[in-house]
Amino acid sequence: MIYLDNAATSYPKPKKVGLAMLDFLEKIGASPGRSAHRLSQEAGRLVYQTRENLAKLFNIDDPLRIVFTMNVTEALNLALQGLLVSGEQVITSSMEHNSVMRPLRELERNGIEVEVIPCSPQGKLDPEDIKKRIRKNTKLIVLNHGSNVIGSISPISEVGDLAREYGVLFLVDAAQTAGCYPLDMKRDKIDLLAFTGHKALFGPPGTGGLILGERVEVKKLIPLKRGGTGSWSEFEEQPDFLPDKYESGTLNAVGLVGLNEGVKFILQEGLEKIRKYELQLTQRLIDGLKEIPGIIIYGEDQIKNRIAVVSFNIRNRLPSEIGLKLDEEYGIMCRVGLHCTPVTHKTIGTFPGGTIRFSLSYFNKIEEIEQTVEGVKKIIEEEKQI
Amino acid sequence: MEKREDCSVVLFYSTSAAIKAESFAQRSNLEVKLIPVPRNLSSDCGICLLFRNQDKIKIENLLHHEKIEYDSIYPI
Repeated sequence: MIYLDNAATSYPKPKKVGLAMLDFLEKIGASPGRSAHRLSQEAGRLVYQTRENLAKLFNIDDPLRIVFTMNVTEALNLALQGLLVSGEQVITSSMEHNSVMRPLRELERNGIEVEVIPCSPQGKLDPEDIKKRIRKNTKLIVLNHGSNVIGSISPISEVGDLAREYGVLFLVDAAQTAGCYPLDMKRDKIDLLAFTGHKALFGPPGTGGLILGERVEVKKLIPLKRGGTGSWSEFEEQPDFLPDKYESGTLNAVGLVGLNEGVKFILQEGLEKIRKYELQLTQRLIDGLKEIPGIIIYGEDQIKNRIAVVSFNIRNRLPSEIGLKLDEEYGIMCRVGLHCTPVTHKTIGTFPGGTIRFSLSYFNKIEEIEQTVEGVKKIIEEEKQI
Repeated sequence: MEKREDCSVVLFYSTSAAIKAESFAQRSNLEVKLIPVPRNLSSDCGICLLFRNQDKIKIENLLHHEKIEYDSIYPI
């Protein structure tokens, strides 16, 4: 069994992730931030530790500016729906996931102007193109950091500079990069960072968050939901302080305990080491696939401009058919089709057919990559013999 | 912290801030304890941080230095 669908959900996780979750359920189990007894306090401490470790990883000063959500989709919805007001403009790219595009298309119906900057077929975004579209009413720039289809990386640092220069807020969708590519909220001048726990951060599904930089005014970001927070209980109105304003309802403490272990694993191994190894795997995969006649690989040639996500097609074959063969005959799990981002496939010229996507993780072995290349080779050869 | 008459509490807006303060206080080797907010101080269901009066200045400095938002400090 070879699992190459880590851009959807990473598997396997570091051993301690599951162990800590089991330990939490058996020995702690209580609600964080609700009651004052020792188990509730212990749950609260573990949730706080998770915030602290994430703060370390993304270089932010105050762990309480991390708002936990179910996943990156909820974090992006909170940012987009909470910030944008009718008459304002938002700039984005033609490489976005539907988790950005769908909320934006809905907001567009409510009087928000949406400007989509076209990227090259390799997924390249020119910051100059953003600069040209910034207007008086531009409120926000939102960009996908790493493409979930072709693994291209956006020039977030340059765009962050632009956003500061023009007094615009900058939201980064780090679904594919948080945990496997260096991200520094200060250096990259990110105002809002949306992340998910279940991909490269090695947490379980149901964890994620939105980090609010110093330039985001809590007053001006409207919550997606309101309800119990364990604080201000004498009032019927929502609290206006962080993180409670945006964290109504019981938190997924067991999930966050798992995420904490995932983040600790990354901090211990070191992001540079993880990145270096993933690039080695990616290079091997691309080199192997390139040698096979009839294969078209999408995205950047330069490996350093990629994360460990590789999309390809085989001439005159359907991605769905290849995906099924890889799974049934070779035990290789990948994802085929449009990957929840029609706009990316239109940009790279693969709409509506889609691509075959291999997405790797720190836990893949070089032998697995070699077996995968062999598997693809055999599938093409079989066809020729018929 | 047996003698509660020698102690005070810090009231916070959020329990996350209370836990943050606890973690910094422990790192500074200050003896603190999270307890339910006494009824006479607030009707809230939250927690507050109990500390020895002799550490009051250190606690205040820590809250200020770590930019931890708090409501007030009361002797109990």
